[in-house]
Order: sequence, then structure tokens, then C-alpha cells
Amino acid sequence: MSSKRLGFFLLLAPLVLWLGLLIILPHIDMAIVSLRTRVAPREYAPSLDNYAAFVTEPLYLFTFLRTAVMSILVTVITLIIAFPISYYIAKIAKGRSQAALFLMCLVPFWVSELVRTFGWIILLRETGVISGFLQWLGLADQPVEMLYNDAAMMLGLVYTSMLFMVVPLTTTLESLDDAVIEAGYDLGGTGPSVLREIVIPHAMPGIVSGCIVVFMLSLGNYLTPTMLGGKDSLWFTQLIYSQFIVRFNWELGAAFGFCLLFASSVIVWATLRLTGQTLERTMGEGS
Amino acid sequence: MTADLTSDLECRALTRHFGDVVAVQGVDFSVAAGSFFSILGPSGCGKTTIMRMIAGFLEPTSGDIRIKGRSVLGVPPNKRPVNMVFQHLALFPMMNVAENIGYGLRRQGVAKAEIIRRTGEVLERINLPGIGTRKVSELSGGQRQRVAIARCMVLQPDVLLLDEPLGALDLKLREKMKVELKALQAEFDTTFVYITHDQGEALVMSDAVAVMNAGRFEQVGAARDLYYRPETAFVAGFVGEANRWRGRVEAVDGTLAEVRSESGLLIRTQGQNLRPGDRVEIFVRPEAIAINLDAKTAAASPNQMAVQVSALLFNGANSRVLVRDPQSGAEIDVALPQSAEFSNLAKGAQVHISWGREQALCFADATL
Amino acid sequence: MTHKLYLGATAIALALAAPAHADTLRLLTWGGYAPDAVIDLFEAETGHTVEVTLSNNEEMIAKLRATGGGGFDLVQPSQDRIAGPQREFGIYKPIDLSKVDASLFIPSMLEATKANTTVDGEVYGLPNIWGTSGLIVNSAEAPNVKDYTDLCDESLTGKVSYRLKRPTLIGFAFAMGMDPFAAYDDEAAYKDILDKVEAKLIECKPVVKAYWGGGDELLNLMRSGEAVASMAWDTGGWKLNNDNPDINFVAPASGALGWVDTFALPAQGRADDAAYAWINFVMKPEIAAMVTEAAGNFTASLGADEFADEVLKAQYQSSFPAEAIDNIRWYPPVPANLERIEGEALDRVQAAK
Repeated sequence: MSSKRLGFFLLLAPLVLWLGLLIILPHIDMAIVSLRTRVAPREYAPSLDNYAAFVTEPLYLFTFLRTAVMSILVTVITLIIAFPISYYIAKIAKGRSQAALFLMCLVPFWVSELVRTFGWIILLRETGVISGFLQWLGLADQPVEMLYNDAAMMLGLVYTSMLFMVVPLTTTLESLDDAVIEAGYDLGGTGPSVLREIVIPHAMPGIVSGCIVVFMLSLGNYLTPTMLGGKDSLWFTQLIYSQFIVRFNWELGAAFGFCLLFASSVIVWATLRLTGQTLERTMGEGS
Repeated sequence: MTADLTSDLECRALTRHFGDVVAVQGVDFSVAAGSFFSILGPSGCGKTTIMRMIAGFLEPTSGDIRIKGRSVLGVPPNKRPVNMVFQHLALFPMMNVAENIGYGLRRQGVAKAEIIRRTGEVLERINLPGIGTRKVSELSGGQRQRVAIARCMVLQPDVLLLDEPLGALDLKLREKMKVELKALQAEFDTTFVYITHDQGEALVMSDAVAVMNAGRFEQVGAARDLYYRPETAFVAGFVGEANRWRGRVEAVDGTLAEVRSESGLLIRTQGQNLRPGDRVEIFVRPEAIAINLDAKTAAASPNQMAVQVSALLFNGANSRVLVRDPQSGAEIDVALPQSAEFSNLAKGAQVHISWGREQALCFADATL
Repeated sequence: MTHKLYLGATAIALALAAPAHADTLRLLTWGGYAPDAVIDLFEAETGHTVEVTLSNNEEMIAKLRATGGGGFDLVQPSQDRIAGPQREFGIYKPIDLSKVDASLFIPSMLEATKANTTVDGEVYGLPNIWGTSGLIVNSAEAPNVKDYTDLCDESLTGKVSYRLKRPTLIGFAFAMGMDPFAAYDDEAAYKDILDKVEAKLIECKPVVKAYWGGGDELLNLMRSGEAVASMAWDTGGWKLNNDNPDINFVAPASGALGWVDTFALPAQGRADDAAYAWINFVMKPEIAAMVTEAAGNFTASLGADEFADEVLKAQYQSSFPAEAIDNIRWYPPVPANLERIEGEALDRVQAAK
């Protein structure tokens, strides 16, 4: 009994240590930092000034909203692109080609995000591959700059997120019995109606989990907006970085961090609630 | 076969290749309106391919499929007047029972009130009124079965295809559902085409059964014909139980013949076009073999021998006795009559068995 | 494996037995400041080993702040980034001048740095490498760029790049005829200057191709011809000049901004002896010349010029005629809280449409 209990605690220890040391403790520390303000060198007083600054400074709020809205947009675009890919991998491709396709989605993740993003820079820059190709085709008579704008940044974010959407989607779509899809057609369904009434409702858990992961990754991404974004493309994580590293203002940076954590939690919770309701509505109709 | 207006489904020279593999080879059949037609065969014989061609998920390589006299080649599955009950039923897990049943009607654009009325009606007919709001996962195996049929029948198809729908059920429920399916078919008065590898299902429910092997139909007929008058060795072996011997014809007198089995047993049989030296297969059903405690009663029979009981296989009405022929060492499977005379039969007992010439079915050995 | 273990054990034993003679020097510095050849010579001569971590000013201070001045034994922030952070976070320890060979340093530079890095009577920094930031111009494409404000010329739309960091604010302020350094201690006056610079930078924004983030990114932009004029360090311009003679570093008319990277001891450094040994070693003229070759910048080492590369000297002279050297604006120490105001201005520029 006691050795059993010891074993249990030994098994639990890594998780507790991991949660405690790497997640909970730093967050408590950050929370304390975010709730104080500098009054003089090496002197701090408890205060809500940092949160007040976040709410009252339009730049911070605007950047925050912009980041959230664009992350949602990235999530939607990723979903729209990933769904047919996942459907093809899960339902149409067979055997080796299935594995090969899955691998192709995975391969970009063997190199670091930096290298991946740099790949896009090589493609998109004014003297880059695509610009050169367009000129060679005669579609452009001078170099075309495709870098340093929101579209390039979105492209990079979607690309970086793709795998995290494809994996859960493919998994849930694979669990959908082919016969259920065939039954949909057999009973008079057309392609779009089978997709709407059968495939998508079935894939909903995968869609939601993929969307949550992609949304969080985009919201918390720093590198891609920094490298591909243009002079107007301010991302909220860049604000946090500059508060911490450039301005030495850890207090405001920590407050920003908590605002980001809070907002992303709310958005994820709302998404779960929203899709839950949709699911209920779908199940309740027609009876 | 000629086109016949009373048939709901007719297949002509139906052939399907998968690359070099011929899955279905020149199959012809027609199913009379309102009848229960089964295709019986071992797995891999091509019966599922036929069904998928009828449903429209596969196009035939050649041949024609006609439903109510009209060819449906090139018509997509959602436009064909046939519906299918899938092997694992394929109920939509994301919908409740009523939504499952109403799905096809919604796709036809039927008014909402009408959908509710017809869904309720079909639930009545399958004896499950009021379960419309239940989730599919809350239903029992038998209830799912009936919902799957109702989901198709509410669309009033010309032909209902059933792809081994009882396969996933346990034995007891399967027996019950056999009877129920037959009753449902009568209730809806629709043509059922049923595929299965289970002869019990096919024989019990069907008006006509096609026995299929290696992409071809071996024999099409009523269950009784298949059982008592098999036309090929495959049918004789596949439908019902049989003792089976391989042997060589030793003597022929008109249609009468004597066959020596490989184990040395002499069997008197009858058959057309037999010549001495032919290799044949003999099938004798367990219930065609009479068993007697004394030799006198058996003496009149052309095939009779004294044997020893080597095992008793008690299974209620289907009980069997395994007996051993001391001469050849062959084990013979004999049905145990349900009479008091044999209630004390024990292992090692000496008994006499006998069967008539006409009960020893003789076919040219197809394996050569 | 065994051999390695043995070596490791020996190293530990030696370290325990004689900590003063064989330490590991954990050096937090800039790229090029500790070339491998120099490290090899140093290790051979002193027996210490050197671990190098590359960084920049902001990250150096952030790292030291996070650990309370631990994790490294010698750091190299710019001289204007010592007094402020020391007052604010206490991340450095005073330098024991008796352990440094002052004769190795250019006296004027040593005195200026000591003055700028003194807090409460203690000296916290010694000069190592100095240089300037100004303009890199492709004279064939943008011959008229002479000062920071020329980067706003509409004829250069989409061809100009600069950083969105404090040197840009300072440089533009000088180019606009103001003196931000004089206003360092007067927050209101400084804010007034920043407001004007901010307005100018927002006005300039449509001309800018991209705000560059890393030095390599900028060099790529200039080399590929995607950008023809930018704000950058002198060495970047000289590096590009080697590939394309049209491109060179230009000291702006309002004056290049001069910086000095220092030696400073982190508050919780453990190998001070090794740190002092390193300082005295790399300031030797012949070693300093090796560093100059690797980093591209000149050092505060007295007499190292004799050993310096001729090409670099020539480039330096073409970028800095005598009057340009006199015109260099040396960064004074940054008062605390100033960077906060600057940051807000920079945020507003980035967010402006």
C-alpha cells in the first residue's frame, strides 16, 4: 500500500514539478511584478497603474485588438485551407501517398521557425524569387515588393500554423466511417449537403481544437510578425518584448502578458461555448 | 433473361474489374417486385461489389442494371431509387433518430410538417414510436437496425439493399432480427436485396437466393432448391452441412453408380453422365443419414454400415453424432433424431447408419 | 570517454585547488568582440577558459536584471547604458582600477568612459571598442543623402530603411537642429524634442520601405539594392563597401553618433580575476588589432592603429575627414525613465498610418 502510494507520488512528481516550477511559479512572479509600479530607482509600490495604462492608452488597446482580430482571421484562413487538405489525407489518399502527404505537412517543421520564415523572405522580397518570376513572365515590368505588409505576415502565420490544424482535422476525419458519408449520398445528399450536415458536424471537435491551437500560436507569435510584417504591422507580443527588453519596463510588460493570457482564455472559452451551442442547435432542429 | 415488367431490379451480364482482378463476371439476375432476394457467398466473392454497383457507388465495367425497367447506369447514388442499409448501419451519429430518418426527406425538400408526420409514421411501423429525440448512441442493436431500415424506407425506394446488416449483432438478436426483417419486408412490401455470407440468414428470409462464388452466380433459386437440389459442388458444400467425400467412379449402370472414396468407403449413388474412372465429389447431409441400433432396419438401404459412436455433440434440436467407420477410419456426421430410442446413446456404442442413393449427391470433382 | 572524464575531473580538481589561476570566464558580448584566435591565445597564456554568449545592449541588461547580475563574469554594454541601469537595478559591481593596466588605454577615452560610468564615486566601466552610427548610402542611387532627414525625401520612396530605436530619435533630433543630449536631464524639454521628432518620423513613414530589425537584414537590403540609403553603423557600411564601391558609410552633416562599448563586471560575477586578465589581455595593441579586424571597429587600445588593417584605415579616413571626427556626438549616460518616454514615441510612430 505505502509503496504503491510512493510509486504514485513518484509518477506524479514530474508533472507537479513541471507545472509548479515552470508554469505556476513564474506566473505568480509575473503577477506580482505586474501589480507594482516604480516610484524611484529600486523602489516599487503596489499599484494597478500598469493595467490602467493598458486600458487608457489607445495604442496598446488598438494593437491588442488588431492582434486578436488578425489571429482570428489567420485561424479562419488556416481552417479553410487545411480542411480540404485534411479531407484528402484522411479520406481520399490511401496507404503510402497518405503517409507521404502527412509527411509533407510535417517536413517544414524540421527546420526552425526562423529558417521557415526566412524562406518566405527569399520568395517574397523585391529581388526575390516570385518577383523575378513575374518579371520573367512579363506580368510585371519592375520588381514587385511583396514583403513587409500584413498580407505577407498573414501568409507566414498561416503557413506556420498549418500543421496544427491539419493534425486534429485529419484525426477526426479519419474516425468518420466512410459508410456514413456514403449513406449521406445514398439518402439523396449532394456534396455540399453531406459536407454541411455530416462531415463538418463530425469534424467539429477537431475543428475547434485545431482553431484553438492555431489561434493561440498566432496570438503568441513574435518572430513571424517581426520578420515579415511591415512598418504598420505591430503585433502585441512585440509590445511585450519591447517593454521587457528595450524599455526595461517589466511591470508594464508583465501586465500586458496577463492581459494577453486573459483575453486568449476568454476567446477560447467563448469559442467553446459558441460551437457547443451550434452543436446543440444542429441536434435540436428537425425533430 | 428477358426484360420483365414485374421485376424491380434486373442485372444483365454485370461485370466489374479492379485492374486485372475480375470481381464480378457476367452476372445475370432479376428480382421480382416485392420479393426478398439474397446473394449468398463467402467473403471476397464479389457480392459487395454487386451491391455497390446497384447503389451507384461503383460503375460496372460492362453490363447493365435496370430498376423498374430503366437503366440506372451513370445515375449518381443520390439520384437512384434504391437505398442501402450499411453493414455497420452508418447511422449519422451527429443527429438524433428523427433527424436520421428525416435526412433523406430534408434532402428532397419535403416540407417540415410533412417530414415530422412521415418520420412519426415510419417509427410507428417499425414499432419504435416516440424515440425520435433519442440519440443514436442510446439505442440498442436491434433498435438501430430498425432505425436504419426506417431511414431508407421513409423515402419509399423501389429497392432496398441490405449489406450484411446483422453481422454486428450477437447470435440471439440475430435470430430475432431475421424474423423481424422478414416481417418488415412484408410490412413495407418493398423489394429487398440482401447480401450475406451467413446461409442461415439467406435461407430463412429469402424468396430467392443466389449463391455466389468467385465473381459468378453458381445457382439462383428458392432456399429449398438450393438445399435439396444443389446444381454444383460449391452450392452443395456451401449451403447446409454435408459429409463430403472425394472419390472415383468404379461402376456405372445407367444413372446408378458406385464410387470408391479416397478413404476406401464404397458409396452407391446416382447421377447423369457418369463414367467409370471419373473423379467425383459426394455430399451426404447429416439429416439424410438414418441411424439404427440394430442392423435389420438398415439392411434395405443401398448404403449402410456398422459404425461406432466417437462423439456426441449435443445442441438441442441440432444435436449430432460423430461416428467412425471402422473400415475406412472416416468420421461421419449424423443428425441425432429426437426420439427416446437414442436418449441413452453413449460414446463407443455400436450403431448402424444408412442412406439412400438419391441422398448421396454426386458432382464431378471441380478441384481438378 | 574515460579520457574526457579524467580531463573533466582534473579540470574540476584544478579549479578547486587553484581558483585564481584557472577559471571559466563567462563573457556576454557582441559579435566579433571575442574572435576565436584571441580566445585561443588568451587560454594558452592564462589557463582560463572562455565561454562567449553573443547579445546586444538591451538583452544584456535584461539578462542581468533577470538574474540580479549573475550568470556572467564580464559584460560589454555601451558606456551610456551603465550608470542608469546600475542606479535602477544594481546589476554591476565596481571595477578595481588597481587590477587594470591603465597604460594600455587611450587616456582621453579612458577618462571619458570612467566619468560616464561613475555611480556614487565608483567606476563601473572601462572602454573597449568604439564606433559611430550614421548613414549608409549608395551614392550612385541616392547621391543627395547627406543627413538623417534626407531619408524622408519622397524621391526615395520605398528605397529607405532605418531602425525604430533610440539612435533614430537622437539622430533625427540633431538633424532637425536640436540637441537632445543637452535636454537629457530636463524631461519636459526632452519630451518636446521627441514630439517634434515623432511628427517628422510619422511624416516620413510613407517613404520607408521597412524598419529593419537586425544588422544582417539591413546589409541584405542594401546589398540587393532594395534599399539605397539607411541609418546604420559605420562597420556595416565599410563591409558593403568591400563588395560595392558605390556604397559607403557617410558621417551625417549633423554629426555621427559615437558609442563606446565597455567592459563591466556583473554584480554576481564569480571569475573577476579572469575578467581582469581578459581586459588586460585584449587591450594589448597587437591583440586589439586582431579584435579590430574581426569586429571592424577600432578599440580604445593605445597604439593598436599601427597593427590595424590598411583597407579598414582607408575606409575610416574616407568616412571621417578631420572635421567629421570633431563632429561626432558621443552618447552621454541615459538617465532612467528616459527610455520609457522614447519607447512611447516609437510605439506611436509604428502605429501611425
